[in-house]
Amino acid sequence: MAGIIGEILRGLSTTLHMAATKPVTIQYPEVKRPVRPRFKGRHHLMRYDNGMEKCIGCSLCSAACPADAIFVEAAENTDEERYSPGERYARVYEINMLRCIFCGYCEDACPTEAIVLGDNYELSFTDRRSSIYAKEMLLVPVDEGGKPTPQKVEPGIYTRSIPVMQDPKD
Amino acid sequence: MKMVNLTIDGKTVTVPEGTLIVNAAKKVGIDIPVFCYHPKMEPVGMCRMCLVEIGRPVIDRTTGQVVREDDGSPKMQFGPKLETACTTPVSEGMVVLGTSEKAKAGRQDIIEFLLTSHPLDCPICDKGGECPLQNLTMEFGPGESRYLYDEKMHLAKHVPLGELIYLDRERCIQCGRCVRFQDQVVDDPVIGFFQRGRSLEIVTYSEPGFDSVFSGNTTDICPVGALTTTDFRFKARPWELRSAASICTQCPVGCNIAFNTRREAVSGGKWVIKRVMPRQNEWVNEIWMCDKGRFGYHYSKSAERLTQPLVRRQGELAPATWEEALSFVAERFQQAGDGLFSIAGGRLSNEDLYNQGKLTDSLGGKKVLYGTMGGGDLTAQSGLVPGSNFSDMGKETAILVVASDLHEEAPIWWLRVKQAAERGAQLIVANPRPTRLDAYATHLVRYPYGSEAGALLAMVNTLSAKRPDLPEAVANLVRSPELKAAAKAFAEAENAVILYGSEGTGLETSTALAQSCQNLLLATGHIGRINNGLVAVWQRVNDQGAWELGWRPVANLPEAMQAARALYVAAADPAGDDPAYLAEGRLGSQEQAFLVVQDLFLTATARLADVVLPVQAWTEREGSYTSGERRVQRFYPVVPELADSYADFSVAGQIGKRLGLDMEIRLAGRTFARLASETPAFTGLSYARLAEVVEQWPIVGRGDLYYGGTTYENSQGIGVQLPLTSAGGLSWPKLVEVGMPKIGLLAVPITRLYDHGSTLLPSSMLHQRIPEPYVVLNDQDAERLKISEGAAIQLIPAEGGSWLGVRAIARLRSDVPERIVLVPRSFGLPVAGPTVVSVRLAERVLA
Ligand code: SF4
Ligand code: SF4
Ligand code: SF4
Ligand code: SF4
Ligand code: FES
Repeated sequence: MAGIIGEILRGLSTTLHMAATKPVTIQYPEVKRPVRPRFKGRHHLMRYDNGMEKCIGCSLCSAACPADAIFVEAAENTDEERYSPGERYARVYEINMLRCIFCGYCEDACPTEAIVLGDNYELSFTDRRSSIYAKEMLLVPVDEGGKPTPQKVEPGIYTRSIPVMQDPKD
Repeated sequence: MKMVNLTIDGKTVTVPEGTLIVNAAKKVGIDIPVFCYHPKMEPVGMCRMCLVEIGRPVIDRTTGQVVREDDGSPKMQFGPKLETACTTPVSEGMVVLGTSEKAKAGRQDIIEFLLTSHPLDCPICDKGGECPLQNLTMEFGPGESRYLYDEKMHLAKHVPLGELIYLDRERCIQCGRCVRFQDQVVDDPVIGFFQRGRSLEIVTYSEPGFDSVFSGNTTDICPVGALTTTDFRFKARPWELRSAASICTQCPVGCNIAFNTRREAVSGGKWVIKRVMPRQNEWVNEIWMCDKGRFGYHYSKSAERLTQPLVRRQGELAPATWEEALSFVAERFQQAGDGLFSIAGGRLSNEDLYNQGKLTDSLGGKKVLYGTMGGGDLTAQSGLVPGSNFSDMGKETAILVVASDLHEEAPIWWLRVKQAAERGAQLIVANPRPTRLDAYATHLVRYPYGSEAGALLAMVNTLSAKRPDLPEAVANLVRSPELKAAAKAFAEAENAVILYGSEGTGLETSTALAQSCQNLLLATGHIGRINNGLVAVWQRVNDQGAWELGWRPVANLPEAMQAARALYVAAADPAGDDPAYLAEGRLGSQEQAFLVVQDLFLTATARLADVVLPVQAWTEREGSYTSGERRVQRFYPVVPELADSYADFSVAGQIGKRLGLDMEIRLAGRTFARLASETPAFTGLSYARLAEVVEQWPIVGRGDLYYGGTTYENSQGIGVQLPLTSAGGLSWPKLVEVGMPKIGLLAVPITRLYDHGSTLLPSSMLHQRIPEPYVVLNDQDAERLKISEGAAIQLIPAEGGSWLGVRAIARLRSDVPERIVLVPRSFGLPVAGPTVVSVRLAERVLA
């Protein structure tokens, strides 16, 4: 008999204890938890400070992608219409978010640190087509002081695709 | 041939004396890395990448015997330094070490040196992924650079050598392959080295830049991404491409090519062709191709292509369903019966010509090959036999090129004939005016335009005792010592080949020329053996195939057409080419016969048609062509077909089916099987036979990029050369006297590589190379007629008939015979054969 009462009391105490502690549940979507520093979410295509796109359309991300989620189509820059430094830029850049497994290999492969996996994990679509994120959706907005692409620039300045790296380990 | 035994990296190799170590190694599957060496060019030893350790057996000077170690093995003496495997020929007993520490260290240093100023460009470099420098760096490089970044050279990265080829100076490793290719292989020394040491750069000396029809090949053999084509720049990465085997359709050589395709977002996700690469066929194009073939394919994806059948209703061409169009055509063909006139162009494949021919024959109609060259029956009797190869021709061979500017008509044949001459072949060039082949000729024969056949008969004449009378125009020629010497050289050569073209000839003169060629071959016994025979330099890719299948050109086609009750025109545009078809041929007039046009584009003829049937381009379907050397070669689908479209053979087949004929309409392979079973020359051939391959040298392809370049390996068929049909006979050709007119000038057609043909113009990158319509006049004549260089002129045919005042630019040359006007074909000036004309300045256009 005493055993049973003891058990009931123990159960009760747990209940009371839990009632007094702060809940772990978060009221998503009203409340959002910050992600960990190394979290890998939806990609961004980065820009340089002057607004020029970092992506040079090299397709290495697409080659590295184990899920074959990235499609890149390159074209040639001119000084009249310049998207990125050097001769080549991505005319088409698409990531299929339904295929992407967020491994971050693209980020590793990118020679210009153009593609970066961000914090956003809220990826939901109502049809397959909208799972394909086009370049316009992936490109980050132009920073203050920068100009949108394409830019008209002085000839002979942006001749190289890959920024000069004093220390290649940088 | 003396064989030599040696050991390379432990493997024993036996190769002919004189073989270079790199090649000996390659033959047994050992890769000695190279940059400057190329198996098709003389070695220069410039890059030092191929360093190896070489040991040679010690020979006792007194006895001449190999000195032996105690254990009986020969005593080896290794050189103090590494040697270049690409310049060193093998010798008996040699031991080559490519994997020793010393050799490895040497190669590593060379790579490190090469990379000191190489840009970090691989991500955007068109060669990245198929780059010998990348590959060899991964395999032999140090993996880390000791060089200071600041000390890298920064050079121009966007240097157009011409409008087709771009140079990136930073990427160039100065191997000289491109310069040597242009100098040694194709003898177009239009690019070269400028400056020295680290300032060395590739420059072009020509105006326009990089003026060579073989320029694209340099991008294949450049071991880095320094040379890129306008066509492919940044279009895709090599690993993203799919490839399909095909055949170039621009000339009768039939170069083997590979198309690279990729899906393209800006084209709505369609598969599109990104580039054309040569595909190795050592019997046809080796590992090369010309720029017309490389850049001229764009017509196949032109937006102007027809997409659906059109039927004339109330005077207008209106879209119709296939069912409507085909039933209508079948009904009218049935009514026309033997009044059906089929006109086919040599752009059609064997299968197309077979089916269209079958349809026409069964109604009792007439099969006409559209064109102005004769002699395809003779090339079938006395052409090259299986096993013939221009690459095997040398000292014991004589090659006669008559009435052809080969460089313009069939660039790769020009190259191969030139190379045969360089190997010692007797090259006889017979042409009324100088051409680019003259420089390699051992004998030059000049005859007046119109006397092509006469000139060859004169050659026969000088060789035999029996001397039939020759036309007056060549009477002097028989006595000319050059002609005698040429005839003698031809007769005395063990093997002899004749290539005849269509320089200055029309159908009649060309037919006579072909017969005279055959006579000369027969008289000198040069038929039926390997590397002997007659080759026609046709104007279209499959003209030879058309002849094999019973298609023949007719003299005065416009007049002949008058008898037609129905016209079935495929891959030809008579109305656009010559207004005579409108006048005499009644095209576009009230009496026009029922006209069906089957084409890719809405041509001038199609605009007049009652029914227009669209077809698939050769890149969208299967088929086969017969080259000028009578090699039947397969091409494969490259891109998906357009919706609701059919190949030519299927369209003809479907019309035939509606007439109750048993015809194949679905599979090209089955059509070919039927063709082969009914055509004696094709007996035993099948698509499987045509797809057979054999091992070729040099080894090229995906794994051997560093060695032979990016040329594709041939894995889908080298084709089969047809056997001779029957022995040809001697016969006296019907000579046409084309004398000089009393007044006026003689206009003669010539062929230019870059013309205004509908299969070339859509390639906009070639536009700079395609001149405006022009004619070439003798400068003396021009002075007399007060025509200056660049003046706009009109040619007025003496026999009446206006050419609607087609204007052309006059070009003056001193090497054109007097009173001759050269008129390039496919420039809108319809000169079908030698024609008497008068020239006048075009009226000024009033502004
Ligand atoms: S994101 Fe980076 S790796 Fe991908 S195409 Fe652009 S530059 Fe290349
Ligand atoms: S040439 Fe080769 S090594 Fe040089 S940048 Fe291009 S791909 Fe890289
Ligand atoms: S451009 Fe290419 S082929 Fe020519 S020298 Fe430079 S690296 Fe060699
Ligand atoms: S030589 Fe003739 S077949 Fe060869 S690539 Fe040029 S046009 Fe095409
Ligand atoms: S020196 Fe031998 S390959 Fe260049």
